[in-house]
Amino acid sequence: MNVLKGRSTRAWTGFAGAAVLLFAVAPVALSDFRLGLLAKYLCMAMVAVGICLAWGRGGLLTLGQGVFFGLGGYAMAMHLKIADAGPGNLPDFMQLYGTATELPWWWKPFESPVLALAATILLPMTVAALLGLFIFRRRVKGAYFAILSQALASAFAIWLVGQQATTGGTNGLTDIQGFFGYDLNDPVNQRMVYFVIAAALLLLMLLARQLIHSRYGELLVAVRDSEERVRFLGYDPANVKLVAYVVAAGMAGLAGALFVPAVGIISPALIGIVPSIEFVIGAAVGGRASLVGAVLGAIAVAWAKTALSEEFPAAWTYFQGLLFVVALAFLPGGLASLTKVVRRRRSARTEQTAPVVPVGEAA
Amino acid sequence: MTVILGQTFTGISIGAVLLLIALGLSLTFGQMNVINMAHGEFIMAGAYTTYVLQKSISSAGISLLVALPVAFLVSGALGALLEWLLIRRLYLRPLDTLLVTWGVSLMLQQLARDIFGAPNVQTRAPDALTGNLTLIGGDDPLTVATSRLFILGLAIAAVVALSLTLRLTPLGRRIRAVVQNRDLAEVSGISTSRVDRTAFFIGSGLAGVAGVALTLVGPIGPTMGTNVIIDAFLVIVVGGIGQLKGSVIVAFVLGVLQSVLEYSTTVSVAKVLVLVAIVAFLQWRPQGLYTLRTRSLV
Amino acid sequence: MSSGSPILRRRFLAGGAALAAVVALSACGAKTDAAGSSSDKAAKIDVSGDTVKVGLLNSLSGTMAISEVTVRNSLLLAIDEINASGGVLGKKIKPISEDGASDWPTFAEKATKLIKEDQVAATFGCWTSASRKAVKPVFEKNKSLLFYPVQYEGLEESPYIFYTGATTNQQIVPALDYLKSQGKKKLYLVGSDYVFPRTANKEIKAYAEANGMTILGEDYAPLGSTEFSTIANKVKASKADAVFNTLNGDSNVAFFKEYKSAGLTASSMPVVSVSIAEEEVKSIGPQYLAGQLTAWNYYQTTPGEANEKFVAAYKAKYGEDKPTSDPMEAAYTSVYLWAAMVEKAKSFDPEKVRAASDGITFDAPEGKVTVDGASQHIYKTARIGRIGTDGLITEVWNSGKPVKPDPFLKGYSWASGLS
Repeated sequence: MNVLKGRSTRAWTGFAGAAVLLFAVAPVALSDFRLGLLAKYLCMAMVAVGICLAWGRGGLLTLGQGVFFGLGGYAMAMHLKIADAGPGNLPDFMQLYGTATELPWWWKPFESPVLALAATILLPMTVAALLGLFIFRRRVKGAYFAILSQALASAFAIWLVGQQATTGGTNGLTDIQGFFGYDLNDPVNQRMVYFVIAAALLLLMLLARQLIHSRYGELLVAVRDSEERVRFLGYDPANVKLVAYVVAAGMAGLAGALFVPAVGIISPALIGIVPSIEFVIGAAVGGRASLVGAVLGAIAVAWAKTALSEEFPAAWTYFQGLLFVVALAFLPGGLASLTKVVRRRRSARTEQTAPVVPVGEAA
Repeated sequence: MTVILGQTFTGISIGAVLLLIALGLSLTFGQMNVINMAHGEFIMAGAYTTYVLQKSISSAGISLLVALPVAFLVSGALGALLEWLLIRRLYLRPLDTLLVTWGVSLMLQQLARDIFGAPNVQTRAPDALTGNLTLIGGDDPLTVATSRLFILGLAIAAVVALSLTLRLTPLGRRIRAVVQNRDLAEVSGISTSRVDRTAFFIGSGLAGVAGVALTLVGPIGPTMGTNVIIDAFLVIVVGGIGQLKGSVIVAFVLGVLQSVLEYSTTVSVAKVLVLVAIVAFLQWRPQGLYTLRTRSLV
Repeated sequence: MSSGSPILRRRFLAGGAALAAVVALSACGAKTDAAGSSSDKAAKIDVSGDTVKVGLLNSLSGTMAISEVTVRNSLLLAIDEINASGGVLGKKIKPISEDGASDWPTFAEKATKLIKEDQVAATFGCWTSASRKAVKPVFEKNKSLLFYPVQYEGLEESPYIFYTGATTNQQIVPALDYLKSQGKKKLYLVGSDYVFPRTANKEIKAYAEANGMTILGEDYAPLGSTEFSTIANKVKASKADAVFNTLNGDSNVAFFKEYKSAGLTASSMPVVSVSIAEEEVKSIGPQYLAGQLTAWNYYQTTPGEANEKFVAAYKAKYGEDKPTSDPMEAAYTSVYLWAAMVEKAKSFDPEKVRAASDGITFDAPEGKVTVDGASQHIYKTARIGRIGTDGLITEVWNSGKPVKPDPFLKGYSWASGLS
């Protein structure tokens, strides 16, 4: 009990600290432009929360998070494009590229703000549930699951590109002006979007923390470490994994939805294989099994990409590649395990238990 | 009728390219369970080897033939180096290798850009490999591209060589032993680390050979590897890990499927349909077409 | 799935409520502000000191790097030359490079960075239409200038973009006119799957319908696709008179290799390409391309003193084996045009530069170009070229005089249904 209490107190202090940083310090310390970038990084971090749950805790290497991010993003962007166009009008790109005179039937539901908002989370979750139902029942796992996820991400991106008249093709949905009646060109409203994103991230972290410390969380780790043992104990590992996968998908969907007003664009370039790997890499660098590690890792990797490419526009990919290699090859628990490594070295007593290096494998 | 025959051959030739780029992976991924995202860059290294050799060997035909073994060595050496530097630390974490080698692939692409320049480079193909052969003459002739025939031949030769190596040589026996039971192989006196490195050398070398072949049909540039890598992984996954014959069958089936769908729909739709078909297939046979029987539960 | 302890749960609820309150508050604050004023501030330009900054926004990594790096090279060449002759309004130009990384949202991010953080006077770059569409709202919102150097599909105008490449009626329409004059009536369209080819093909189909031509087929391959054997088969089976090719980048290499393997030649079924310039010819190989047609406004072989100087300077700076091409020339020209506009306006202020733009001329390597202030496009001479065995392109036809830009094709009755 004491341990639990100590952990909980520390968590709440950290949480309060993060809230102060995000809500009070960052808006003052950063220029509008940098705050906008931070909003984008926080969206990446929201995806990382889900990845921490599904991969770090559940051992599912979700290399297709781009699909769910994209579903959420497109659901939001479709509504905002319809709203920008005004009642009775078609979104600008449809007038330019399309031949239709009215909205395609599958755009219709997104006219309603409530349905669109719900869809940003429910659509990815439904797709994940359907996929997961098949995939986990058939015990597809490890490398198979990873490659399968990539294939799906790639297929979704190619499909979107092919439908220029109704999805904007490679361009994606661009030039988003308003956000539920607020003018996004106004820096004040950009700031509001940032606050919404920061709040959403903290909420998702709370939710994930609840899940991780629940009995379900224990079960999830048990599935990761020995699926067969859990099966013999009478649980169905497929269901346990499915929940983590669906929750992670919902989080990625919400992140995609909030990315749209923050950046003003959603395109297939954010969905394919490369972005899907980048989502995972942030969490891996920070420490996949640690919630804080994954979130900070995602922010740090996204920030490093911006900073390195601004500083060395012609050579930054060397540094980015090197960062991944060094962090992942030599620090398997991510940056979050640095503190553990240091602490273990400092307290030089011999440990009975093997060092717990979280490894999200189910190969 | 010629359309059907023509598309079937086209499909087989697409399959041959797929097979060639996936063959190396069948060793590194299929046998050793290493998801090497830099495999595409080893293909790129093979293609650039051809380009460099052509600068000193003026005959396109001879330089192509010389490039095959040289590219095998160059890419193989790169692969062995990668194995020694990074991958051997990651054998117990197979999915981490994916992310680490992704970082390596980013660096290798940038390296290619800095050495050879960002634009694509050009290699000359021997004249015999830029034309076609007429199989059925007449009004609606059926022709096949000689470059594709060459690639088909090369793919078959590579498969035969690889399976003979695995089946008949002492090295092949050791590789199979390590694949089937690493611990047992180790206690039987096989140096598993040396076997791993050799297998990685061969697998990466085959990527180099594929790179030489790709100069005949596609672009030679820094991102050429990323264009093909996922297709190659899919071939292995659907074929079944640890089995050569699965990959061979799947490569040709996917090739024909792609070409037939492409002819009747569009490239994008065909690609999406093929990917969906793969996902559906894995529902049916989650371990791929052929599986290695083991007693392991996981 | 019960949560740990009741205490934890209560705290969780409290935390959630507090957060919800924060969100509500921030939302309220924003609403009143939004009603009050919408920001109409133009971006600041940093003109302190003896330099003026300009942004270079090109993909230096990713698939588009193969083309965009050469554009950056020629932008740098123009900046060096202008600086060597005294700069603009007495200030030296300082280029700030950013990598668009072949990724459209990154283009938007870097454009914002150049405008807001570096406070550049103007930005040069972008290649694909998708990247231009992604940055267009950024430049409009911040009232900053973009000079876009690549031929594109038309049907666009923006007060903050100058288009120094060809619009449709300076490239595609003349190419179609040329095919028509050569008696090519049946066309096959091949393109990459993105905005430019799809829009261009829509225009081509409208033209064909009005001019008694037939389109036998239309195929798109995903960007970066390198498997063209089926498309080559389809083209061959169609028995078309000519192919109109709007493929981009890597795909061209695979397409032409397959085209030749299928036994199709420039004499039996010529291909007119609108995205293959000297740089691409070099990477595909004249072996596969000799005799094929291209449509541009500039070739390395275009006669004239300005071009000789440009080609010599480029080769001196980047290497004897480096060719020059239309987009590179348009990029080079765009820097000179901007400098001339600034000199005329006597200010770096985008609004004043725009106002001064009409009628600005420059003796560009492609010949004399004039800025059309109304559309912010430029008058350009259309040129059809044939690729030679030496990898250079020689002109076989030109429009005689610079063509007035008509991005919305208002002067063409067949195009009335397009925009």
